[in-house]
Amino acid sequence: MAIAKKAIVWGLFAAGGTVTAFVVPALITLFLLVATGNVPDGLQFDQFHAFASSWLGKACLFIVLFLSVWHAAHRLRVVAHDFGIRKDALIASAVYTVAAIGTVLAAFYLLTIG
Amino acid sequence: MSTRIRDMELEIMRYDPEKDEAPWFQSYTVPCNEDWVILDAINYVKDNLDTTLAFRWSCHMMVCGSCGMMVNGEPSLTCKTFVRDLPDKVRIEPLENFPIERDLVVVLDDVMQKLHQVQPYIMRKDDPPAEDVEYNQTRGQLMKFKQLTMCINCMCCYAACPQYALNKDFIGPAALTLAHRYNLDNRDQGKSDRLNILADHDGVWDCSFVGACSEVCPKHVDPAAAIQQMKVDGAVEFWKQKMGIVGDKS
Repeated sequence: MAIAKKAIVWGLFAAGGTVTAFVVPALITLFLLVATGNVPDGLQFDQFHAFASSWLGKACLFIVLFLSVWHAAHRLRVVAHDFGIRKDALIASAVYTVAAIGTVLAAFYLLTIG
Repeated sequence: MSTRIRDMELEIMRYDPEKDEAPWFQSYTVPCNEDWVILDAINYVKDNLDTTLAFRWSCHMMVCGSCGMMVNGEPSLTCKTFVRDLPDKVRIEPLENFPIERDLVVVLDDVMQKLHQVQPYIMRKDDPPAEDVEYNQTRGQLMKFKQLTMCINCMCCYAACPQYALNKDFIGPAALTLAHRYNLDNRDQGKSDRLNILADHDGVWDCSFVGACSEVCPKHVDPAAAIQQMKVDGAVEFWKQKMGIVGDKS
């Protein structure tokens, strides 16, 4: 007996859950503020573009995006299971493939900034 | 002070595998004292109305864990479920997710095997320990897991668990919680070995954190929390093993 590889995806799910629980509500609030024209200091386009152009900014944004995507993928897998869909291997492959593509795209687009 | 008597209709599931093709319900009208628990009402049936009714009970004080049953569809310890909190008609069934041995008695062999499987005992590297050695424990170290020792194996958590209902290989709430109790014990050194069982395919990962186990637990053990903590331990241990870091608390 050994620890199953499910530990890997659960680790990403747990880390992503923690990140999304703290960061995403703040991001949504900030985006709503920006959308209504109340742009806070530091979130002006030029300033945020500069942040996303720096390696520290890229790393922060990548961590948030990458973990959120993997959290969502694993959550969808569990929800499908709880809804009685019994094709776990197929669903796992599908959601994790989408998460992997999302990870690559996040990295790609972050690298193109700046 | 006079106590009120209320007629209650108990719909009790009956099943004798040697005679019945399928379980069926039999109704009994029981003059219940409002201070009674459901177990008293079932005992009234056994003593006064139908001696053939089979069910388990022993202590009548939330210690032995024998009298777990479904009361109106909810896994309940019947010695803790008061008549006054229930409507006039109550349906009593054996615990969900287990084969029925007879009437309200279920077969618990599967869970007994799982309780054994998770190695619920203190494991030491220096086994047998040297003579005259004491392994002390502070109050703080005890408090880390004391709540988990409150489990009385009533199996209400297994009856409530939707994952155990789907997959009987899932180790399940009570056994996993018992294992976590030993993982958290400062005198134990078997956490790594135990996690190889607990975090294998049919271990903690099968739990989707519905939390029904913790809701029905009559002793407030909170198995769902224990399992989530063990998932963290399992994930950390996985990477430690991959990186060749072997070790345990001493």
